[in-house]
Amino acid sequence: MLQIIADGLIIGSVISLGAIGLSLTLSIVRFSNFSHGELLGWGGYFALTALATFSAIAPGATAPLGPFSFGWALLGALLLAAALAALLALLLDTVLFKRLRRQGAITLVIASFGSALALRNLLLFWQGGVPQYYSQNLQIAIPFLPRSVWGGLRATPDQLFVLALTLVTVTGLHLFLRHSTLGRSMRATAINPNLARVAGIDPERVLRATWIIGGMLAAVAGVFAGITVQLRPTMGEDLLLPLFAAVILGGIGSVWGAVLGGFIVGLAESASVSIVGAEYRAAAAFVVLILILLVRPNGLFGEKG
Amino acid sequence: MPDFLIGWLSYGSFFMVFATTFAIIALGLNLQWGFTGLFNVGVAGFVALGAYSSALLTTPEVAGRWGGFGLPVAVGWLAAMGVSGVAGLLVGVVALRLRQDYLAITTFGIAVTIQLVANNATALTGGPFGVQFIPRPMQGWLGTGLPWTLAYLALALLVLGVVYVALEKLVRSPWGRVLRAIREDEYAAASLGKRPALFRLQSFVIGSMLMGLGGAVYAHFVGYIAPEDFLPILTFQLWAMLIVGGSGNNRGAILGAFIVWTFWAGAGSLLRGWIPQAEQARAAALQVVLIGVLIALTLVLRPRGLLGEEVAVSRHAGGDRPGP
Repeated sequence: MLQIIADGLIIGSVISLGAIGLSLTLSIVRFSNFSHGELLGWGGYFALTALATFSAIAPGATAPLGPFSFGWALLGALLLAAALAALLALLLDTVLFKRLRRQGAITLVIASFGSALALRNLLLFWQGGVPQYYSQNLQIAIPFLPRSVWGGLRATPDQLFVLALTLVTVTGLHLFLRHSTLGRSMRATAINPNLARVAGIDPERVLRATWIIGGMLAAVAGVFAGITVQLRPTMGEDLLLPLFAAVILGGIGSVWGAVLGGFIVGLAESASVSIVGAEYRAAAAFVVLILILLVRPNGLFGEKG
Repeated sequence: MPDFLIGWLSYGSFFMVFATTFAIIALGLNLQWGFTGLFNVGVAGFVALGAYSSALLTTPEVAGRWGGFGLPVAVGWLAAMGVSGVAGLLVGVVALRLRQDYLAITTFGIAVTIQLVANNATALTGGPFGVQFIPRPMQGWLGTGLPWTLAYLALALLVLGVVYVALEKLVRSPWGRVLRAIREDEYAAASLGKRPALFRLQSFVIGSMLMGLGGAVYAHFVGYIAPEDFLPILTFQLWAMLIVGGSGNNRGAILGAFIVWTFWAGAGSLLRGWIPQAEQARAAALQVVLIGVLIALTLVLRPRGLLGEEVAVSRHAGGDRPGP
C-alpha cells in the first residue's frame, strides 16, 4: 500500500514536471502541443550525450556522489540538457509554430503532431532503439518501513533525489510566476492576451519565455525518467497521454494543478500496476482523463470558461 | 503473359489495394475534419477496431482465443463499421461537447488504449502475434494468385466508389451544408435552430464507421493482422494524405491517399537500397521523418492542399463573383 504511493510519487514527479510545460503552452501559446513529449525524450538524451562528453574530459566527475548512483557530471549534464531543450523548443517555434499561429489552434495541433513524429524518429535514428542508462551502478533500496507495516516502504536515494528536486523546481517556478515581472506578464497573457498587450506586455517575449521554461522543465523531467527508469527514444510518446491527463485533471494553465494532476496520474499508474498488471499501466492515464472529462472538464483548479 | 509483366501487375495491384484502403479511411477522416472540423488523432485505433472485429467474427475457431465464428465476410465488414461507429459514439459523447483540443487528446488516448488491449489481451486479440487465417473472400474459386488480387482490387475499388458517391450526396445535402455552417460559425448555425452537438456527433460516428470499414478491407486482403499494423504512424500517414490532397474535398482525400502512399513506398524502397542491411530500423525511422517534413511543408507552403475545398457560394448570391 505505502509502496504503491511511493512509486506513484516518483512516476508523478516526472509527469508533473512535463505537465507544467504542457499546461503553460496550452494556456499561453493556446494549443495542445503533441510534440511536448519529444522535448522530454530529447532532453534525456541531450543529458546522456553531455554526460559522455564530461566523463571523457574529467573522468573524476562521474564518481558517485554520496549515496547516489551519479556524480557531479550528471548535474552538469542536466543543466546543459535543459538549455539545449529550451533551444530546441525555440527552434521548433521559429521554424514551424510561429508561421502557423495565424491559421488557428488546430493547424498548430496538426503541425505539432507531425513534428512529434519527425522528432521521435530522428531521435531513434540518432540513438538507436536500445534502452540506455546514465549509470551502470546498481542501487540498493533503503528500507524505511519493514514489510509488517502496511506492506513496507523502500526507496532508492536516486528516487528521493528526484522527488526532492521536483518539489524545489516547482516551488522556484511558482515564486517566479508570482513575483517576477516576466512571470506576471506570462500569467496576464494567459488570462487575457489582448488586455496584456494593451498594458504594454510584449507578447513575443512572453511566448519565448514560455517555450524556454517548458523546454527546460521537459528536459529535467526527461533526465528524471532516465534516472528512475531508463532512456528510450519512444519515452516521449509513452509519456504524452499521462502528461495530457495531468494537465486536464489539474486545470489548464494552473501550475499547482499540473503538479497535483501529475502526482494523481502517477498514483493511478502505480495502483493499476498492482491491480491489473504492468502491461495496462498506460490505460490508467486514459481512465483518469475520461473520468475528469465526464465529471469536471475544467479540471480541479481550472477556471470556468 | 511474360513473367516480368505478371510480376509488375501483381506488385501494382497489391500497391493499389493498399492505396484504395487508405482512400476509404481518408474519406472518413475527411468527413470528420474536412467537413466538420473535428480533429481525430486516433484514426489508427478506429481502423484497428474494424480490422479486429471483422477478423474475429469471420475466422475459423482457434483454441484459447475468443471469436472464430466463421461468419461470412460481409457480416464481418458490417460489424466492423458497427463496432468502430459505437467507439466513435462513446468518444464523441465524452469529448465533443468540450473545446476542440479535448477531442484530439481523447482520440489520442483511445488509440493508445486500443493498442494496449491489442497487444496484451491475448485471449481476445491474439496478443503480439495477432489474428491469422482471416478468410479472403472469393479465394475459393480464384486461387491465391494474380486473378484473386485483381478481383479483390475490383471489390475494394467498388467499396471506395460506393463510399465516395454516398459521401458526395451527403455533403451536398442540407445535412452537409449544416456541417459546414457549424464548422464556420457554430453560433450562427445554432441561431438557425441546428443543434451543433448532434450534427458533430453524427459526422464523427459516420467517419469512424468508414475507418472501421477500411480496416476490415485491409484485414481480409492481407489475411493476417497484428497490433504493429495500427501504430500511430498510420494515423499520421492518413493525416498526411488528407492534408496533401486537400481537406474538405473528397476527390482531394482520394488523390492524397494515392500520392502519399506512392511517396511513402517510394521513399521506403529508396532508403532500403541506400542504407545498409544492418541499419534497416534507422531507415524506417528516416522514412517517418520524411513524411513529417512533408506534412509540415504542405501546411506552411500550401495550406489548402493540392485540391482545396470547393468554394461554396449560393446560386442566389447574384453577380458574377470571381473564383477563389
